[in-house]
Order: sequence, then structure tokens, then C-alpha cells
Amino acid sequence: MEKTEFASEKMLKNRKLHRKETRRENLTYYIMLAPFLVLFFLFTVAPVLSSAILSFFDFDAVSLPRFVGLDNYLRMFLQDDIFPKALSNTMVFAVITGPIGFFLAFMLAWMVNEFGPTTRTVLSFLFYAPSLSGNVYFIWQILFSGDAYGYINSLLLSIGLITEPVQWLKSPQYALTIIIIVQLWLSLGTTFLANISGLQNVNPELYEAGAIDGIKNRWHELWYITLPSMKSILMFGMVMQIQAAFSVSAVPIALAGFPSVNYSTETIVTLLTDVGGARYELGYAAAISVILFILMALTKELLGKLVNMAGR
Amino acid sequence: MELTAKQKKQQLKLKTARRDQYKRYTRSTGGNVLYTLFLLIFGLYSVLPMIYMVVTSFKPLDELLVFPPRFFVIRPTPANYQILPSLLDNLSVPFSRYLFNSLFISIVTTVLHVLVASMAAFILAKTNIKFKNVIFAVVQFSLLYNAYTLEVPRYIIYSSLHMIDTYWIYILPAIPSSMGVFLMKQFMDANVPDPLIEAARIDGAGTMRTFWQIVMPIVKDGWLTLTLFEFIGLWSITPTGTIFSESLKTLPYAAANIVQGGLTRAGASMAVSCIMMIPPILVYLVSQRSVTQTMSSAGIK
Repeated sequence: MEKTEFASEKMLKNRKLHRKETRRENLTYYIMLAPFLVLFFLFTVAPVLSSAILSFFDFDAVSLPRFVGLDNYLRMFLQDDIFPKALSNTMVFAVITGPIGFFLAFMLAWMVNEFGPTTRTVLSFLFYAPSLSGNVYFIWQILFSGDAYGYINSLLLSIGLITEPVQWLKSPQYALTIIIIVQLWLSLGTTFLANISGLQNVNPELYEAGAIDGIKNRWHELWYITLPSMKSILMFGMVMQIQAAFSVSAVPIALAGFPSVNYSTETIVTLLTDVGGARYELGYAAAISVILFILMALTKELLGKLVNMAGR
Repeated sequence: MELTAKQKKQQLKLKTARRDQYKRYTRSTGGNVLYTLFLLIFGLYSVLPMIYMVVTSFKPLDELLVFPPRFFVIRPTPANYQILPSLLDNLSVPFSRYLFNSLFISIVTTVLHVLVASMAAFILAKTNIKFKNVIFAVVQFSLLYNAYTLEVPRYIIYSSLHMIDTYWIYILPAIPSSMGVFLMKQFMDANVPDPLIEAARIDGAGTMRTFWQIVMPIVKDGWLTLTLFEFIGLWSITPTGTIFSESLKTLPYAAANIVQGGLTRAGASMAVSCIMMIPPILVYLVSQRSVTQTMSSAGIK
């Protein structure tokens, strides 16, 4: 009788101790999360919320905001002549550079990973070079310059393919293609490098087991072992590519000018820059970015399901 | 027992050999050739502009203006680099100040960011605190909101915190960047098995210790890569409308000022760009050497 009492007492004491420990642990959790959470709320969440609220107001940064309901959104779709053009250009950029960028960033990383350590370092340096050399759009400007001094023009002139310099960046038919190429070249870096380190971390024993279990070629290995092990890194790459693909703006501004001829390379973000930065219509700019956000968020949800299918 | 460098190297070799053994069954020669060709073409495509920058920085003025334009330099000259010191004299603040500012901001912020982001990622990935899924969803989606529109609300916050025209404006907003938490969480999800955390707990390791001594070494490749991303971003940072004191401005700002002066400075401009490239390349080499050369044994067993 005495013995059982003793045991239950001990259990009770243990439980109390355990609860105290959990409470202390929880406190540590919050302390570790706090620096991020506080700063994140201050510099990201609060600005995003106020921007979203601002989209229902008319605000020029000088006079007080005036509530206008859905006017900004209606204006975007019904009155603004440039918005549809910007939206369709953005979709063209996104649909082309997004998937190609994502695919290239993975394929290149996967291929580079096939080589030995030294070759691997050299090759990944080559592919990461554009990100290391800073904002070097000017190289493309020199390459595609509209006068005879442009490399492409001078090359084509000397071969005799063209008789006079082509205005590459000023003509709508070429500008879009050139911007897509440059954008791809620049947007590869982050995803590529994340993939490289992701691939390094796939458990090598899985590959051995795969070879024993009868995986015959690298494509099977890729589908059944590599991709499933990389899912979370692929998800990261996907979000980064969506962000880059829908936010194309620096490249067209640097190459095709701002605003571009006939708005041929106007995108949602260049429109934003114009509306918010030059015209100070901050409420309208906020409404445009809310629409852009919804577009990207839907894409992310849709593609997230696709990434999860790897290995099935 | 500590292993000597030689022993470690031997171990690495053994591991690599072991890894490569299975490759005999899953790789074909034709595939290997195709691979190499593909990589060479794309590698050239992406490294060419960098080479062009270096080559051009050694061109004398007449070769910069030659027609038809030439890619390579015929009579290389260091003149573009030699005039830089004299151009530095035109700056109103000593050059060393800009250099210090850039190094200070880049290094301090990168370290703080990687630490803060990793801690938050650890809590979100490996504990059961309330709202962790909500917080993580907000982090992911915040990446998709256009940063340009946030400038005005952010400016209001900066000025109410008296951060305008101080070092804080560079450092504080960069610390909670969502990308870092996202990347680190994904790495921890992929590579740190939950039983390992549980085992550490049972063995009596506290949360902080589990994070520092068990999780961080496993996701080393993740935070090395994040360090590189963050450093590159901060190295090229130029303040817009938030810094007015000349003594608080950064190197890219000074670099842009040095080379203003049109065509005659085209060579010097390339030289400056080349010099600005050096620190990111160094950080790249240090971090990625470690990433690409180690055979991962992360999370095994």
C-alpha cells in the first residue's frame, strides 16, 4: 500500500517537472523566434497590410487619403489603356521565363552535380557568374545597340545578312525576345545555387539502394530518388522563380527604355513604377500590386501541387 | 578523437569512391558526352559578359572606340586601373570610409540575418508551437508582394523609428528577409530527421544546444548558400532617399560617382566594375568550395 502511494507521488512529481520543462522550452522557442517575428512584422507585414488597405483609397502622398471603395480596381480593368497591355506582357514573360528558368536551374544543377568536386566548383562558378558580376545590363546594351557599333549589328553587317543597323531594342518584335533571354540569364542564379546545395544533401545511400533495386538509368534515378528527396528545395526554387518571372521590370527598363516604344515591353511592375513613382497615385499603385500578388499566389498554389507529384 | 587533415581527406576519398560505384549501372557514355556539350554551351553563354568586362577594362581608349567593335583587346593596358587613385581624390569623403561602410554593413547584416533566419526556421520546422503554419504561410506569401509598393509605408515606419540617415536603415530591414527563413526551413525539412531532434532531447540537450550543435552543422550547405545570397545583395546596396550624410554612403554609390564622365571614362568604369566584383567572388569561393567539395553525410542514421 505504502509502495503504490510512493509511486504515484513520484509520477505526479515527474509530471509537474515535465510540465515545468515544457513551459521553459516553449519560452525558449518564443525567444528564438522573436527577433525574426518582431522585425518581420515591422518591416514586411505592416507595410503589406497598409498597402493593401491603401488600395481602397485615393492617395497622392501629400493630401489626406480619401476612401474610394473599389474605384482603383475598376479603373484598372475598365479605363486604363496600358494595364491590359502590361498584364499580357507580364503573362508572356512569366509563362516563358518562369518554367524555362525553373527547369534550367534544376537541370544545370543536376548535370553539374554529376562531375567530380573540382569540375563541379568550376562549372557552378560559370553558371553563377551573372549574379556575381552585379547589374551588368549594359553588356547587353552594347551587344544589341541599335547603331552599327552594336556587336550584333556589326557582325550581321559584315556578313552581309543586313544592309543597315537594326533597332533591336526599339522594335517591338525583337525587344520582347531579347528581354526574355537577358531575364533568363539573370534569374537563374539563386535557384541554381539552392539546387546545387540541395543535391549535395541527398542521402547517397538512397542512390546505392536504388542501383541495387534495379534502377537502370539516370532518368529513373532522377524521378524516383533525386526529385522526391529534393521536394522542399524545389518548392523554394519555384517560389523564387514565380517572384522573378512576374516581377520583370529592371531588365526592360534598362534595355528598352522607360516607357518603352508603344509600351511594347511595359509590364505590371514597370507600370507600378510609373504610377507610384512618377505620378504619385499611390492608391492605384497599391491596387495594381494587390492584383499582381493574387496572380502570383494563385500560380504558387497551382504549381505547388505539381511539385508534390514528383516520384509518383 | 580528432582526425588529422590527411585522415579526413582519405575518408572523403573513400566516400566519393563509394558514391561513384553505383554510377556504373546508371550512366551511359552517350549521355555523358551530351551532358558535357550542353554544359559548355550554357556555361559560355553565362560567363561571356563577365569575361567581356574584364577584357574591356584593359582596353586603351582607341580600342574602346574602334569600328567595327572587337571583343578582345589587342594592346592591353593597365591605364584604366592606374587613373582610379587620382579619381578618388575628387570624392568629398575619404575612399576608405565608403569601403568601411560597405564591408561593415555587408558583414554585420549577413551574420545577423543568417542567425535570426536560421533560429526562426528551426522553430518553424522542428517544434510544435502555435500558429507555426500560419506564420510560415505568411512568410512564403510575403515574398510575392511587390517590394516597390512597400516603399512608402516602409519610409513612414523608418522615419517614426528615427532610422533615417543612420546605419540602422541598412541593417534592420534586411534582417527579417523572408527568403532566408524560407530557404533554411526547406533545408531543415529535407535534411534534419525528427527522430534526431527527439533523441537529442532525451539525451538532455536544450533547445538552443540542439539548434547550434546538431541542426546547424547538418544544414551547413544551406546557411553557407544563404550567406552568399545575402552578402551579394548587401554589397550592391545603394540607399535611395533614406541616407543623406555622405559619410554613411556605400561603395557602389562612390563607384558610380567615380566613373561619371561619359565615354572617356568607359574604360575606368569597367575597371571599377571589375574591382567591385572581387569581394562577392571571394565569398562565393569560400562558401561554395565547402558546399561542392564535401560529400554530405547529413542526416544519415
